[in-house]
Amino acid sequence: MKPRHKRIALIAGGLVVLAVVATLVLRAFQSNLVFFYSPTQVAAGEAPKGKSFRIGGMVREGSLERAPDGITVRFVVTDTDRDITVTYRGILPDLFREGKGVVAHGRLGEDGVFAASEVLAKHDENYMPPEAARAVGDAHERAAANRAAAEAAARTVRP
Amino acid sequence: MIPEIGNLALILAFCVALAQGFLPLAGAHRGRAAWTAFARPASRALALLVGVAFACLTSAFVDNDFSVLYVAQHSNTLLPLPYRIAAVWGGHEGSLLLWMLMLVVWTLAVAQFSRQLPEPMVARVLGVLGLVSAGFLLFILLTSNPFDRLLPAAEQGRDLNPLLQDPGLILHPPMLYMGYVGFSVAFSFAIAALLSGQLDAAWARWSRPWTTAAWVFLTLGIALGSWWAYYELGWGGWWFWDPVENASFMPWLIGTALVHSLAVTEKRGSFKNWTVLLAISAFSLSLLGTFLVRSGVLTSVHAFATDPRRGIFILLFLGTVIGSSLVLFAWRAPKVGLGGRFALLSRESLLLTNNVLLVVACSSVLLGTLYPLLIDALGLGKLSVGPPYFDAVFVPLMLPALFLIGVAPFANWKHARVDEIVRALRWAFIVAAAVGAAAPLLYGRWKPMVALGLLLAAWIVLSALFSVVRRVGATRGGRSFLATLGQQPRSFVGMHVAHLGVAAFVAGVTVVSGYQAEKDVRMEVGDTVGVGGYSFRFNGVREQQGPNYRALVGDFELIAEGRTVRKLFPEKRFYVSSAMPMTEAAIDSGPLGDVYVSLGEPIDKSRPDAAWAVRVYYKPLVDWIWGGCMIMAIGGIIALSDRRYRVRLRSGSTAPSSAGALARHT
Repeated sequence: MKPRHKRIALIAGGLVVLAVVATLVLRAFQSNLVFFYSPTQVAAGEAPKGKSFRIGGMVREGSLERAPDGITVRFVVTDTDRDITVTYRGILPDLFREGKGVVAHGRLGEDGVFAASEVLAKHDENYMPPEAARAVGDAHERAAANRAAAEAAARTVRP
Repeated sequence: MIPEIGNLALILAFCVALAQGFLPLAGAHRGRAAWTAFARPASRALALLVGVAFACLTSAFVDNDFSVLYVAQHSNTLLPLPYRIAAVWGGHEGSLLLWMLMLVVWTLAVAQFSRQLPEPMVARVLGVLGLVSAGFLLFILLTSNPFDRLLPAAEQGRDLNPLLQDPGLILHPPMLYMGYVGFSVAFSFAIAALLSGQLDAAWARWSRPWTTAAWVFLTLGIALGSWWAYYELGWGGWWFWDPVENASFMPWLIGTALVHSLAVTEKRGSFKNWTVLLAISAFSLSLLGTFLVRSGVLTSVHAFATDPRRGIFILLFLGTVIGSSLVLFAWRAPKVGLGGRFALLSRESLLLTNNVLLVVACSSVLLGTLYPLLIDALGLGKLSVGPPYFDAVFVPLMLPALFLIGVAPFANWKHARVDEIVRALRWAFIVAAAVGAAAPLLYGRWKPMVALGLLLAAWIVLSALFSVVRRVGATRGGRSFLATLGQQPRSFVGMHVAHLGVAAFVAGVTVVSGYQAEKDVRMEVGDTVGVGGYSFRFNGVREQQGPNYRALVGDFELIAEGRTVRKLFPEKRFYVSSAMPMTEAAIDSGPLGDVYVSLGEPIDKSRPDAAWAVRVYYKPLVDWIWGGCMIMAIGGIIALSDRRYRVRLRSGSTAPSSAGALARHT
């Protein structure tokens, strides 16, 4: 082979390999993106059916129940506005607490119950998962906006 | 008083670092010997000042000085002394100071072990390191000062996060930082070479041992982190593709590519531009890792309380470092010669392929790590990239790289012949294939991926053996085999040892992912549960008091083939001061695998003496993963002790002739 042919072969081979790799990477990437939804978004039907995603918020006080097998648990995640019931089979993380932030990864069933395959709590007493914080923060903002609107409405009605 | 001394030392250190950054660089540019001579004393002063600051912070922790905010946040009088010292790097500010300490230690080492280098080169390298130090010191002083006071002082500290109260934490961050920061030396050598325009084999030889040393530390640091996550987080996994893990893994991938490409640049003078780019990337990724971990943009064990100013500062710093080095590169690179030519099949081309694979693997990890952050920053929603993505991309990319590990040592520089390689390695391949086909049967079901993984592991081992035997045979000249073996150059031995480490790692990963078993079960006292040929009997739970926690200790009997092998005592700890629970798994480790039990929680919260949720695992060959990393690091250390580096240090003359080095290390 002449040096010129060799170079062309090298470049062509490189391009083919790169194309294969890029396809491989992007396909895997596409099929593994996990989106995050707040309980409000799930309640509004924005979350995909039959595809796994993440939810987050606070664990509602007093909502944790244990099934008779001792391993399956059920609890309610709330962003203070809307709730979603979650089931999980397995051992919960150490810092999973009622009234504290949590993020769960799983699928939404036909019955509207979220079957979690993974539950993440924070690693530190002073730390809240950013997604969970955001979900609750958004709900608070909406609540504040609603209250302001209601007050404004009340003021306009009164006189 | 002591914290004020520390603070003053930091401020002085910043001034010295600025001077160390600018004066020697200007001196090297203008040819003023007096200015370049400033570099070494400045680096010593800098090391002393940062050392003083670090000692001050440590003493504040040892003395429980809760008038220092950082100490009050991360320590407690009940905390045992070793953890009080480790708590120095248990939070954001202190870990930055540790980072800084590592940086000045590396700088000092460069100043000390560079006597044979030309003076302007030393001045430039130390100058660049000075600028990096100045940037980090400014960051510490402006946004993360560990000496900030808390007035009035707290009565009691908030305590170190219990997750971090573990021997693994004492070692993991310093090792990891030594690795991260070590790449700043390779980076400085690359920048210095670009500034001077002398991008040659000598430059590659000088920066090689530093790069290998950084790589060794990073390897150990990552392995320790993985091991810590395995036994301390109680999830039983060894790698989660967590963004923080990725942040440390990306510099490792590029660092591995750099170690190999430096070899080519030293021996053959090729790949110079590529090597420089890798050196810049390795350090930039180390900085990016710091940004990801410390800015709090990630949900992880490592994310401390956030302060947006910190993220912005590191981002600016990162932008400055990457931007200015790439501009410099773009300006200088066209003037750099291409070096030795090589054929389509040659050791160069195989090493280039290895480099490309590693870089592509790193890019795909980078994509998966940064994309969610980008989407979030653009306000397009919250998402994450699942671990299956990384597995799906990473494994296929690494398979050819693993295969090439066996081939490359048999390929000649410049031009290699397929038929020679095939002849030398056909038996190695046949035996490896037989091992790969048969070995999975030892564990039960035959799985193609396990067979492939074990084939590759055996292939690497056999090809290394063949390579050593061939080389010893060619150089023995009548002496005994063992005597000749002992006289092989350390860099050659080190390379093969590191590759054997890769083989052990691959075998561990393959077998554990193919045959691990895991169960979450409810256990009454007296219950037995079986996993992977073992069974556990639960004998109940008792209370125990620790120094700063109280614990419920489970009592389990590990039973194999009807006999009790040993007892296992997993704990559930409740830390007094932070009110945090912690799971301490009990692990029976062995060369063939681990069995692992951890306590979940009592089924009925009010009756911890009755039934518990328990997690049991069987993890065959899992320790080979970390053992493999250890062997890789040992290989790196052996390569570091190679004669040409030692001769150079002792004689103090300018490096051994490159012809001699070439002859010894073909």
